[in-house]
Amino acid sequence: MKTKNKMDLIRKKNVFIVFSGLMVLASLVLAAVFGFQPGIDMVGGTEWHLRFDRYVEPEAVIKVLQESSSDLNNLSARNRDDGIVVRLPALTESDHQKYLSVLEKKFGSVTEGSFASVGPTIGKELLRKSIWALVFVIIAISLYIAWAFRKVSRAISSWKYGLITMATLFHDVAIPAGLFAFLGWRLGLEIDTNFIVALLVVMGFSVHDTIVVFDRIRENILRSNIGRTTLKEIINKSVQETIVRSINTSFTLFMVLVALLIFGPASLFYFLLTILVGTVFGTYSSIFVASPLLYLWRPRQVFKE
Amino acid sequence: MKKKNNLAILICLFAVTIAAAVFVYQPLWQKISGFRPWKLGLDLAGGTYLVYEIDLSQVAAGDQALVVNGLRDVIEKRVNLFGVSEPRIYAEEVSGQHRLVAELAGIKDVNEAIKQIGETPLLDFRETIAVASGTEALTDFSPTPLTGRYVKAARLNFDNITRQPIVELEFNEEGSRIFSDLTEKNIGKPLAIFLDNNLIEMPMVKEKISGSNAQISGGFTLETARQLVERFNAGALPAPITLVQQQTVDAELGVDSLVKSLKAGLIGTLAIMIFMVIFYRSLGIFASLALLIYIALSLAIFKILPVTMTLAGIAGFLLSIGMAVDANILVFERMKEEIKRGLGRRAAMEEGFKRAWTSIRDSNISTLISSFVLYYFTSSFVRGFALTLLLGVLVSMFSAITVTRTLLRVFVRDRIEPVKNENKE
Repeated sequence: MKTKNKMDLIRKKNVFIVFSGLMVLASLVLAAVFGFQPGIDMVGGTEWHLRFDRYVEPEAVIKVLQESSSDLNNLSARNRDDGIVVRLPALTESDHQKYLSVLEKKFGSVTEGSFASVGPTIGKELLRKSIWALVFVIIAISLYIAWAFRKVSRAISSWKYGLITMATLFHDVAIPAGLFAFLGWRLGLEIDTNFIVALLVVMGFSVHDTIVVFDRIRENILRSNIGRTTLKEIINKSVQETIVRSINTSFTLFMVLVALLIFGPASLFYFLLTILVGTVFGTYSSIFVASPLLYLWRPRQVFKE
Repeated sequence: MKKKNNLAILICLFAVTIAAAVFVYQPLWQKISGFRPWKLGLDLAGGTYLVYEIDLSQVAAGDQALVVNGLRDVIEKRVNLFGVSEPRIYAEEVSGQHRLVAELAGIKDVNEAIKQIGETPLLDFRETIAVASGTEALTDFSPTPLTGRYVKAARLNFDNITRQPIVELEFNEEGSRIFSDLTEKNIGKPLAIFLDNNLIEMPMVKEKISGSNAQISGGFTLETARQLVERFNAGALPAPITLVQQQTVDAELGVDSLVKSLKAGLIGTLAIMIFMVIFYRSLGIFASLALLIYIALSLAIFKILPVTMTLAGIAGFLLSIGMAVDANILVFERMKEEIKRGLGRRAAMEEGFKRAWTSIRDSNISTLISSFVLYYFTSSFVRGFALTLLLGVLVSMFSAITVTRTLLRVFVRDRIEPVKNENKE
C-alpha cells in the first residue's frame, strides 16, 4: 500500500495526543479553580423574567425588592431579551404575588414572561441524577463498543476499543465543561439541566465518527496479512479512507447547529453552543486521538513493527 | 425484475409522505379536519408547571400507590373546574419521594389556580386513644385509613333538633366498608374527624354504622358548611401536599421561540440539502428527497402518538435532521470507493449499503443509549427532547437506508456496462 503524498497521522501522533491532553488538563484546572455556577434547577431558587412598559434598570429592580423585604438577600438582576431576569431564593406563591405587587406599584405595568421557582431538595436530586446519567452513558457506550468489536479480538482485543472510546468521550465532554467553568466565571453563566442534556447528546454524537474510523480499522485488519503489514500502515490508511466522511457527517450537524445559534431562540443559545463545541472536539478526537491511542496500545507481538 | 416492485414501494412511500405532510401542516390540516391539533408543551403554549410534594408519612406502605392515584384524580377534578384545556396531572416517584406534577396550559390566573388546588379540603378520621396523664384525661389520636379520598359526594343539611347546618358525607363502596369496620372497632369510643389537620369534632360511636353516610356537625355557620360541601364535591385530598416547584411561561415568549426555531430548522435543512447536492451530485438529490420524507414522516409520528412538543423537543428533532443524512454520507462514500475498485454503479450501491451498515448500526445504537438515559433520568421537559431524538434516530435509519435504497434502485443505472466480476475479497 502506497502511503506517499498522504498524511502520516501516526508519525505526528504525539502532537495530537499532547494537544488533547493539554486541553483536557486546562479544562479540569478551569473547573477546579472556578467551579460551576449552578442554575436554579440544580440548587433551588427562583428565576423571574419580567417586562416593563418602559426601560427599567436591573439595579432599580433589586433596590425596590430589597427595600420591600429586609430578609431578602442573595438576589441579582440583569437584562435579557427585552426584559429583566431576576434571581431570588426559592419563593412561595404568596411571596411571589407580594413582590409582583411591589414592582407594579413602583414601575407601573409589569408582564411576567416566565416565573420559575425550584425547592432546594429537587435541585440537589437533579444534580445527583445528572452526574449518574453522565457516568452511565460513558460506561454504556464504551461497553457497547467493546461488544460490537468483539469479532476482531484476534488482533487487538475489543475492550481496548471500548476503553479508548471511553477516553475520547471523557475528552469530548471535559472540554465543553471547562469552557462553561470559564464562562461561568467571566459571564456568570450557569449550568442547568440543559447543559447536562447537551453533554449527553455530545457523547451520543461524537462517538459516531470514532465508530466509523474503528470500523474501518477493524475491516482493514481483517483484510490484511497481519504478519506483513504494520499497524501504522493500517491505521493511516483507515483514517485517510474515512476522514472525508467523518468530517462530512459532523458538518451536516454543524450546519444545523450554526443555523440554530444564529436564527434560533436565545434561550437555547448556550445549550446549542455546548453541543457545537462538543461536536467539534468530538470529531477531532475521533480522527486525531482515538486512532493514535489505539496505535500506542497495540499488541507488539502481533503486528509487524 | 425487482425494479417494478421497487417502483411500487416508492409510489406508496410518496403517497404516505404527502399524506403525512398534509397531516403535519397545521393550516392545511385545519381546513380538512379539526381533528388532532399539535400538542404543544407548556413552554410553547404558555402556562404553568406545578410540582407538589406529597406527604405520605401517615399512609401505610401498601396503600401509598392508591393514595397517590386518588390524589391525582382529585386534583384533576379540581383543575378541570377552572377550565384548563387538557391539563396534565401525573404522579412521579423520585428516590422514595412522591410528587404530583400539574401542567396547566394557557392558564391566565396562576395565583388563583394555586390557591384553589391548595384549598382542596384534607379530611381524615382518627381513632382516639385515651392517655391518662396525672389528673387530666388527655386524648391521643392514631390515623386510620379512612380519608377524604373515599368521599363520593357531600350534601348540606340541617340538624333535626338544633337546626344547625351539618355536612353529610357519602362514602363510596370501599369507604363504606372501612367506615363500618372502624365504627365496629370503636363502639363506645369517640372517633375524631380532622379537617385540614384541625380537629372538627369527636362524636361518640354508639353502634356499628354500615351505611355509606356520615355526618359532620362541627358548629358550622351556613356559609362555612356550604363552602365545605362545595370543596368536598370538588374532591378531598387524601394526603397533604406542598408546592415545591413552580414554573410559569408566557405564551408570547413561547410562540416567539417556536417561530425562531422553525426558521432556523428550515435554513439548516436547506443548507444540508445544498451541501449534499454539491458534494454528491445526483446521489445528493436522492438523499435530500429522503431527508424531506424523513421530516414529514417523523413529524407525523410525533403528532399521531402524540409527543408533546416542547422547545427542547423541537431542538432535538432539528439536531436529528443534521444526523439523518449521516447514514447517506457513509453509504455514498462507500459507493465511491467501490466504484473506484471497478464495480458498476448499481453493484457499488448495493455493496455500499451492505458495507456501511455496521458503522451506521453502531453509531445509531450509541445515540439510542444516550436518548434512553435522558428519557429515564429527568423531568418532562427533557423527556420531550429525548423522545424526539430517539424517534428521530429510528425514523432516520428507515429513511436513510430503506427509502434511499429504494430510490436508488429505481433511478440509478450503470453508466458503463456492468462489470461482471464479483471480486469482493
